[in-house]
Amino acid sequence: MTLSLGHFLSLGAILFALSVIGIFLNRKNLIILLMAIELMLLAVNMNFVAFSYYLGDMHGQIFVFFILTVAAAESAIGLALLVLLFRNKSSINVDELNALKG
Amino acid sequence: MDVKTGLFYLFAVVLLFAAFRVITARNPVYSALYLVLTFFQASAIWLLLRAEFLAIALVLVYVGAVMVLFLFVVMMLDIDVSSIRQGFWKHFPLAAGVGALIALEMAAVLMGGFRLEGAPRGAALAAAPGTSNTLELGKLLYSEYLYPVQIAAVILLVAIIAAIALTLRKRKDSKSIDPGDAVRVKARDRVRIVTMPVTRAAEPVAAEAAAAQPQPGAKA
Repeated sequence: MTLSLGHFLSLGAILFALSVIGIFLNRKNLIILLMAIELMLLAVNMNFVAFSYYLGDMHGQIFVFFILTVAAAESAIGLALLVLLFRNKSSINVDELNALKG
Repeated sequence: MDVKTGLFYLFAVVLLFAAFRVITARNPVYSALYLVLTFFQASAIWLLLRAEFLAIALVLVYVGAVMVLFLFVVMMLDIDVSSIRQGFWKHFPLAAGVGALIALEMAAVLMGGFRLEGAPRGAALAAAPGTSNTLELGKLLYSEYLYPVQIAAVILLVAIIAAIALTLRKRKDSKSIDPGDAVRVKARDRVRIVTMPVTRAAEPVAAEAAAAQPQPGAKA
């Protein structure tokens, strides 16, 4: 059974499903939530790279490049917010984030 | 089954196992380390897909920078794991069911719908003499995508400034001084010169004795 585009896309889909499970299970732990978001972006990137290879189009890889940039910025700001949150509340439990009463 | 297929399955299995451990590990430090393993496996799979530059960039940027940042933050915070993990395994069957449903449905569609016949077109592109993945990527990036690259640079700058501005604070117990103030200080700010007569007439003793009750604070 030779490799096809479907294999890589399925791998990305399973990875995406795993990170959805992770977000569902770790609703309280902000750090693991951030890690699950990184996993999700990795799954999306996997699809982009697979399509880029199988269709012979470099634009997909350019897009992965930009996604990596934005993901790095996102995790840096997210972790800064996390540190700020821990400094104020001494906890990273999402349930305690009710100061805005939204 | 050729070598490439075998390698793909090996990397995929390790990748999925590591991703599973990321979301279920009890200690967030283990989660971060398993995430590093996940990124390594993904980078290996991207090498199979002839995306060499992105594979190396993934290792350098993610494992080298982002995951180290994660580890720093995880180790800096004192997390009470037991309260956060409350009810974790209670919801696991539901989550696993939903996740398996998502994965199976998507895999069914993708495995059926994307059986591209023949060799992948990227293989011929990568095998052409005098070219490389990095070269092609650079050509596109600095011609067609020049403005997006600059916008990405601005986004990174904003992220740097935001991260610093969010976490910057003045320490209350800091004894540091402002060097500008130290340089600008004048002698008259530190020393007060008092001119007073060299000698002074003594108070008349008789007057003090004559007062019946000494007023409090008069000597001060």
